[in-house]
Amino acid sequence: MRETLVSFLMEYPDDWQLPLAGWVDAITDWLIAEGGMVWDALSYVILFVVVRTERFLLWLPWSAMLVIFFVVAAFVVGPKLAAALSGGFLFIASLGMWDPSMATLAMVLVATAMAVMIGIPVGILMSKYEVLNRLIRPVLDLMQTLPSFVYLIPVVMIFSIGRIPALLATLIYAAPPVIRLTNLGIRQTASDVVEAGRSMGSTSMQLLLKIQLPLALPSIMAGINQTVMMALGMVVIASMIGAGGLGVEVFRGIGRLEVGRGFVGGICIVVLAVIIDRLTQQAIEGQGESHNG
Amino acid sequence: MVSLSREAQDKEMGTEDYAISLRNLYKVFGPDPDQAMQLLSEGEGKDEILESTGNTVGVHDASFDVEPQEIFIVMGLSGSGKSTLLRCVIRLIEPTHGSIFLDGEDVTEMDDGQLRQLRREKTGMVFQQFALFPHRKVIDNVAYGLEIQGVSRKERHRNSAEILDTVGLSGWEDYYPENLSGGMQQRVGLARALVHDPSIMLLDEPFSALDPLIRRDMQQELLDLQKRLNKTMLFITHDLDEALRLGDRIAIMNDGEIVQIGTAKEIITEPADDYVANFVQDIDRAKILTAVDVATAEVPVLRQDHSVSGAWQEISETDAFYVVLTDEHRRLIGMVYSHDIRAQLENGSVSLDPLPIHEMERVSLERPVEDLFPLLSTNSSHPLAVVDRDGRLEGVVDASSLVSGLTKDGEVPRGASQ
Ligand SMILES: Nc1ncnc2c1ncn2[C@@H]1O[C@H](COP(=O)(O)OP(=O)(O)O)[C@@H](O)[C@H]1O
Ligand SMILES: [Mg+2]
Repeated sequence: MRETLVSFLMEYPDDWQLPLAGWVDAITDWLIAEGGMVWDALSYVILFVVVRTERFLLWLPWSAMLVIFFVVAAFVVGPKLAAALSGGFLFIASLGMWDPSMATLAMVLVATAMAVMIGIPVGILMSKYEVLNRLIRPVLDLMQTLPSFVYLIPVVMIFSIGRIPALLATLIYAAPPVIRLTNLGIRQTASDVVEAGRSMGSTSMQLLLKIQLPLALPSIMAGINQTVMMALGMVVIASMIGAGGLGVEVFRGIGRLEVGRGFVGGICIVVLAVIIDRLTQQAIEGQGESHNG
Repeated sequence: MVSLSREAQDKEMGTEDYAISLRNLYKVFGPDPDQAMQLLSEGEGKDEILESTGNTVGVHDASFDVEPQEIFIVMGLSGSGKSTLLRCVIRLIEPTHGSIFLDGEDVTEMDDGQLRQLRREKTGMVFQQFALFPHRKVIDNVAYGLEIQGVSRKERHRNSAEILDTVGLSGWEDYYPENLSGGMQQRVGLARALVHDPSIMLLDEPFSALDPLIRRDMQQELLDLQKRLNKTMLFITHDLDEALRLGDRIAIMNDGEIVQIGTAKEIITEPADDYVANFVQDIDRAKILTAVDVATAEVPVLRQDHSVSGAWQEISETDAFYVVLTDEHRRLIGMVYSHDIRAQLENGSVSLDPLPIHEMERVSLERPVEDLFPLLSTNSSHPLAVVDRDGRLEGVVDASSLVSGLTKDGEVPRGASQ
């Protein structure tokens, strides 16, 4: 009697363990078996968008791409910085990394666009309904802290290797900032300004569109900036499950001990990151300044 | 059943004659307002209720009526529940209990759509910290109320420019609020609240955030504006000077309760309790009170047709050095010195006629006490005669009646003790 008690206190009994791993297996199996049609449809749409974007960027001659980029960037950040950032693209081309860079860019752009399209409405809903805020917050924490490999496996099992699981993995990792900062931005719109809107008889949709979202815009832009950067951060991992692009260079470089190749791929990712960061960062600040009419 | 319906009737009785009527309004903040209401009805104090239940009683049984086109002030210290009360009127804060009637319509019965309609048409609100939309130009701040009602851009900009002109801001349409001074920002706030031509204005300490000089300008402008626009105003302030300057009537709030409602004069001369008395003790009563408030009627008065011996009888009962002379309708003639009467008596004369009659300075009943000081000091020995429109004597003002009129219960006001 005493011995069994002691051994019970020393070793956690086997039959008291939660079969969590088994549950996740079961859920994954069920998703694969029952959700086939849904996943197929989803795959098709995502693939269509990613492939089209990638093809378009690759179809553009590098010179045309540079000119278009310069014009757009000059509009957002002014000609000086635009020239410097265009120099970054030139540098990538000079390293012979144009095509993989465009593939990566396509991936990042699509992932960001999806994150924004999902993230802003979710953020808005979280700001309006405290229940959703409570429920979704821990999920966002989980999405950011869970090691990517943990959800890469079920995602690959559902979609198999390719651009789609890569995109979804990127989305899971990169979406939280835009959701968080949309939520925060709306919650932070000064309560007296919102009250003024209410006192004049605004509907809640009018409040949202005419007051809260415009005032939350700097915060939302900051969220988008972070989301793009995190999407770039997933490039190498995404390449392991078939994303293609610059990540492949880094990944192969490491795998085959071709240090130079890995380094060049890494540098190009950094250059892309700097270009995108400067561009979105400046857009945020410009936003704040536009009030000084 | 019977008593219930009667209560309901009483509740609404007369409300249609007023622009705003509150009936037994309560607002309790916290986890369990019902419990707090129960405890309140059992006579529990607010502090104990907060302690034991965590509920804050913001407004406690407020009732009043505001006449159309009246400026009605609600005054009280910070935290006394003024802002909460004001917000309950258009249900920006949901009242816990009680009714609100605007032009006889029960606001507490309205659904969301009716409430929006009310806010779009009948009321306009102005905020302490202006609460302008920082991302909109001045003109689009003002136009907001029309924009959400679907008024075309051209029309709402025309109306907004017009109202901006009214508040003295034409030329500033295309600026952003942050480029305007505080006073100008609040003018935008006023214009924004006026653009849809509401009949009722709700103002929550609109000038408290402004510098004193600007504040006075804005107060004057509000009065000028009111002469043209004739709105009903429910105006919140913690500043007694402002209340006295602007208010037709003043309600004083303490700790969620309305402790007194009255005109400036009533509040000053008959404070309902120590809280109100405390509020008004520092006020310059000379600005509020008028001649009739400080006049004394206890003066020897002689009718012209009386005899000197009768006069002597009169003055021997007082120690006054003069007698006020009137005609048979109490119309003022002047004053006669006591020693002249005495001399006349010693000469054996029985008529008042040959006595020297001295002029008295006449002041109307409504003459501010402020004006009386210089009049009294130019001829310090002569009291002032307070007369009505027909010249009939109401009383006299002399130094001692002035002092006792300006101090309550014979207390010497702070300024006068030096
Ligand atoms: N949203 C709220 N939740 C809890 N308590 C509140 C809330 N709003 C106001 N109160 C409390 O109600 C009381 C009255 O506040 P308020 O109406 O703002 O006073 P005033 O405008 O006279 O300064 C205060 O004790 C305040 O703390
Ligand atoms: Mg207040």
